[in-house]
Amino acid sequence: MDVRAQIATTFHLDKCIGCHTCSLACNNLWTSRPGTEYMWWNNVETKPGTGYPTLWEDQDKYRGGWELKGNSLRPRLGGRVGMLTNLFYNPYLPAMDDYYEPWTYQYDHLFNAPQGPDQPTARPISKVTGQYLDLEAGPNWDDDLGGSPVYARNDVNLAKLTETEQQALFSIEQKVFFYLPRICNHCLNPGCVGVCPSGAIYKRAEDGVVLVSQEKCRGWRFCVSGCPYKKPYYNWNTGKSEKCILCYPRMETGQAPACFHSCVGRIRYIGVLLYDADRIEEITKVPEAELVAAQRSLILDPADPEVIAAAKKNGIDDEWLEAARKSPTYKFVKEWEVALPLHSEFRTLPMLFYIPPLLPVVATTENGNYNVADSEFFGSIETSRIPIQYMASLFSAGNEEIIKKALRILWAVRSSQQASRVGLIDEDVAAAQLAEAGITAEIAEEISRLTALPRVADRYVLPPYHREMAIEELTGDTQQHKYEVGFGSTQSPRRGP
Amino acid sequence: MIDFIVFAVLPYVALAIAIVGLIWRYRTDQFSFSSVSSQFLENRKLFWGSVPWHYGIILILLGHLFGVLFPSGVMAFNGVPVRLYVLEVTGLALGLLVLVGLVFLLLRRGTDERIRSVTTRMDLLLLLLLLLSIITGLGTAIFYRWGSGWYVQTATPYLRSLFTLSPAVGYMASMPLLVKIHAVNASVILAVFPFTRLVHMLSVPLAYLWRPYQIVLWGRRRIRQ
Repeated sequence: MDVRAQIATTFHLDKCIGCHTCSLACNNLWTSRPGTEYMWWNNVETKPGTGYPTLWEDQDKYRGGWELKGNSLRPRLGGRVGMLTNLFYNPYLPAMDDYYEPWTYQYDHLFNAPQGPDQPTARPISKVTGQYLDLEAGPNWDDDLGGSPVYARNDVNLAKLTETEQQALFSIEQKVFFYLPRICNHCLNPGCVGVCPSGAIYKRAEDGVVLVSQEKCRGWRFCVSGCPYKKPYYNWNTGKSEKCILCYPRMETGQAPACFHSCVGRIRYIGVLLYDADRIEEITKVPEAELVAAQRSLILDPADPEVIAAAKKNGIDDEWLEAARKSPTYKFVKEWEVALPLHSEFRTLPMLFYIPPLLPVVATTENGNYNVADSEFFGSIETSRIPIQYMASLFSAGNEEIIKKALRILWAVRSSQQASRVGLIDEDVAAAQLAEAGITAEIAEEISRLTALPRVADRYVLPPYHREMAIEELTGDTQQHKYEVGFGSTQSPRRGP
Repeated sequence: MIDFIVFAVLPYVALAIAIVGLIWRYRTDQFSFSSVSSQFLENRKLFWGSVPWHYGIILILLGHLFGVLFPSGVMAFNGVPVRLYVLEVTGLALGLLVLVGLVFLLLRRGTDERIRSVTTRMDLLLLLLLLLSIITGLGTAIFYRWGSGWYVQTATPYLRSLFTLSPAVGYMASMPLLVKIHAVNASVILAVFPFTRLVHMLSVPLAYLWRPYQIVLWGRRRIRQ
């Protein structure tokens, strides 16, 4: 058993209000430099939708993630030699038009325009070329189903739905959507690391954060296509790739990442998971339908004395173990099994988990009417407006049983709370739902509390990093960096000649 | 005298600049080592430029190297006329391929608005130097027949003499002007090499072929009991 720690995260989709505050917090901190304006290390998509970059989930187009060839796992981009022959032109690279061309507005024209018969306007100017730009795409162009005949209609997760089901989903009375905030998953088997020709991308063993060494990166851009989530981005100005760093400078000083800290809906949870690195390879090769369960089995119980002993042997200290035992992610993912990885069929073992949305609660019946009269007011999973197959395609690699089980638990939690607090639902009905979901009333209460009433300390359980000790261990000199803030590269990121 | 300067002094000066420049740049500014690819900004025209250019130039440079390393082998190969014609036609075809690629790259750089905004003066200088190299090379291939034959008898001994530090300028002094320009231009490209995007040649990621897929780094020393 090779126990390692991972800072893992959970997003509760029922709580997301789609305000994009997370995206802006991230953008203000990290991606407002020339060459990075188009990057959204954190973005919020409307589902159904084609996302950002457009059609990122379509791996026939972009060849991200891993595929099983016989008994060996290899990048979908191809074998090593084959990949290097594409060094001079990567046919699977999303280009700027698959994202959008960033722009600003010609604000000074508002002040400097000569007097004339019309009000002056601030025309959009490209942040790449400095020329006027006709806006054809932008961040969240399809927000809240905007342009749904083009975007939502082409969502690849709809493929498993019949034509009638798709029709029903897009009829005006049935229209339904939810938000999917995305950051880098900091995977256990990252696709970007696997395809980086320079070996510049690596996973930090201590906390599992996946980073790009800006010194070693040579700008071959395979990480961009190799990541199935399209979370590494190419900085066209410096010629280097960049990605979400999980705000490690913030975490190392005890603060939650900026997107977590700023989350208005309080949907985000962050905490430590312990996992067995010896079993990663075996887990990545199980059949598609078993992937979610297998990934769950990789996560170790932080209260198990054997695990604790093995963890200490690997240098995971008591404070990290304590954080692992309090981890909200551990509870949602492993104890309650309601949080699921996004698209586990890409076989990267993502370490960001989503609690699938139950909303909208009320399902319409005939003629687009809501059935508000009888006890079925809150509907059921089977009649939910977002088809189960669609959710299964997103969160359980097509395995409908897994997503149904998670939804049943969430449903039972809601019903039992409705029964005990509001009384809209019979206690008996709620009890029956709890039994069907396989959880006790106590667990339902716990889930409800962590969902609806968590404090900051419940949502963000970050262990101390003790960077001061790392500096001592690396340099052997406690005085060397005493009066400095951090240490390491201080070079300015200039583009080469 | 001028021959001595450009064929006996310049190559060494160029090499010295290249080596010192490279070490200096690698030690002070590793961040700047990159292919500085612009595929992200313009994805279609690049294919017709970059692919022919890279494959063509690699084969052509390998051909030049092969002639220096195995002159007798090349002469023996050319002993049969058909084989000579095949070699010459292949060389010419590769030269044209490279020319087409480079012209596409130049046009793309000149016409595409996004590419223009990331183009440096050094990029333009480099493209023009490379263009000169190809035009003089192609001209030599077309106007001075059976280059693969006389290359190994003149350029090969000259290049070898450079490496033994006893430059035999005589071989080059008697060459036609086109060939002289070609040779001098090669030295110039060598000299500017460390100060251009050409440094990405040294980053050919061959190590990728045998490294494990995953890379995990321990920032702190691993504490084992």
